[in-house]
Amino acid sequence: MSTASRTSRQWLLTLPSLTWLAVFFVIPAILVILTAFRPADLQGGVGPGWTLDTLHELNDPAYLPILWRTFSLSAATTLICLVLGLPVAFQMARAGQRLRQVLLLLVIIPFLSNFLIRIFAWKSLLHPEGPLTKLLIGLQLIPENTVLLHHSGTVLLVLVYTQLPFAILPLYAAAEKFDMGLLDAARDLGAGPWRAFAKVFVPGVRRGLISAAVMVFVCCLGQYVIPQMVGGASDEMLGSKIAQRVFSDRNLPHASALAGGLMLAVLVPMLIVVLWQQFGRKEES
Amino acid sequence: MKRSWLPGFITLCVILFLFAPLVVLVVNSFNASRFGGEWEGFTWMWYEKLWAAGEIWESLWITLKIAISASLASMFLGTLAAYALHRFRSGLQNVHHMLITLPLVMPDILMGMSLLALFVLTGVETGLFTIWIAHVTFCLSFVTMVVLGRLQDFDFTLLDAARDLGATQAQAVKKVLLPLLLPGVLAGGLLAFTLSIDDYVITFFVSGPGTTTLPLRVASMMKTSRSLPMINALSTLLIASTFLVAVCSHRLQRRA
Repeated sequence: MSTASRTSRQWLLTLPSLTWLAVFFVIPAILVILTAFRPADLQGGVGPGWTLDTLHELNDPAYLPILWRTFSLSAATTLICLVLGLPVAFQMARAGQRLRQVLLLLVIIPFLSNFLIRIFAWKSLLHPEGPLTKLLIGLQLIPENTVLLHHSGTVLLVLVYTQLPFAILPLYAAAEKFDMGLLDAARDLGAGPWRAFAKVFVPGVRRGLISAAVMVFVCCLGQYVIPQMVGGASDEMLGSKIAQRVFSDRNLPHASALAGGLMLAVLVPMLIVVLWQQFGRKEES
Repeated sequence: MKRSWLPGFITLCVILFLFAPLVVLVVNSFNASRFGGEWEGFTWMWYEKLWAAGEIWESLWITLKIAISASLASMFLGTLAAYALHRFRSGLQNVHHMLITLPLVMPDILMGMSLLALFVLTGVETGLFTIWIAHVTFCLSFVTMVVLGRLQDFDFTLLDAARDLGATQAQAVKKVLLPLLLPGVLAGGLLAFTLSIDDYVITFFVSGPGTTTLPLRVASMMKTSRSLPMINALSTLLIASTFLVAVCSHRLQRRA
């Protein structure tokens, strides 16, 4: 095949998805950042001209606790998901073919189940009239009239619950490629099981660890449904503020400024990982 | 050498943790008690109420229309994208790969927010069409990744063999490449279908009047305690269909 026709074939195959993503992913992202510098109009749209007012309004110390809460809840969720996900991925990778397929399916089903339903399940489980509250009171583990819902702890619990499959799947993808014989070798050379796990397995799946960590962390940063549904009034995250600005205050520039800030905060670590993986893709091919 | 029991034990606990709330939900959908704190006898009542709730079926129909059309469009775009990513190595494909990967890790709220900004600023009225665009955008990357995984196992010398035996390029693609690629494309389509049916956050941002999809309906039902047991019943049906789709997609991806 001639080079010219190969090039035109490449463009022909690439153009549909590239155009789609440029129009509906790249341009909207740029628009969000630009909208932060536009004045708001009363109909929930943007007015003419440019302004820095929104940025001045955001320079408010009231946002600091929300930022801190968003960051610390996301970091805690990521950490817990990795600590729980790593042994699961390890177990899946060393299991036999049949058990491995079953475990994979068991992780994928909650992953694919409706996000709202999973939150709703916890909401009814933790409801004051719900089974868990009754059980714990029955066992006298918690005093009567304890409310399990609407704490920051509830938000953390449900965040971990919804994000755990997102951590396990990339960890498993990395663990599957890991040569388990290396662990036996480490043990033969005198390492204890913990040492072998920490010094051989964990570094061996570091690519999966980083993907899982970024995936979970970034997903958590943008959460607003979970704090809204199982959290209390003082558990708002940055996402809650964005949603509030769009739907209650109908102030698009304000929401855009918050979203733009969040976008820059997630885009930078994400780009590093994507570029790094692309580098790995070249190495492998 | 003796294997540690700890990873197995943690795995068991994690699986229990993942499934316990779903199991409670399913059990409570047959429970006569409104809040499901205690078992007050078996009932089909909530399913009957669900059957009679016309607005839910209306929402289901809207959801299905969007899910089917969005997964078809993303199957088409995603397959082309995966083929290009697999066949060519160039600067263009590096950019392409990056653009395909970024939406996978973009928080939903940002994708919803940025599409809303696009539609508001260009004056496009939000409705079925804008939801469809949003769904194609987030499904596209997932389909591409699934098809790409499938292409990595594909033996491209088969295409050359077909050409050597006298097939034209178009014939070779139609008779050799597509049939072998089809399970991957279908698996990607199924994933897109489930993602589209499930999506709440992005849809919420770009929906308009008269486009209450099923997740939007569930969210508004969650606010009134009267309809809570009905959500249990609806959830049970949704979990059952997710289970079926997951098994099908799993089979498709495994069949080499």
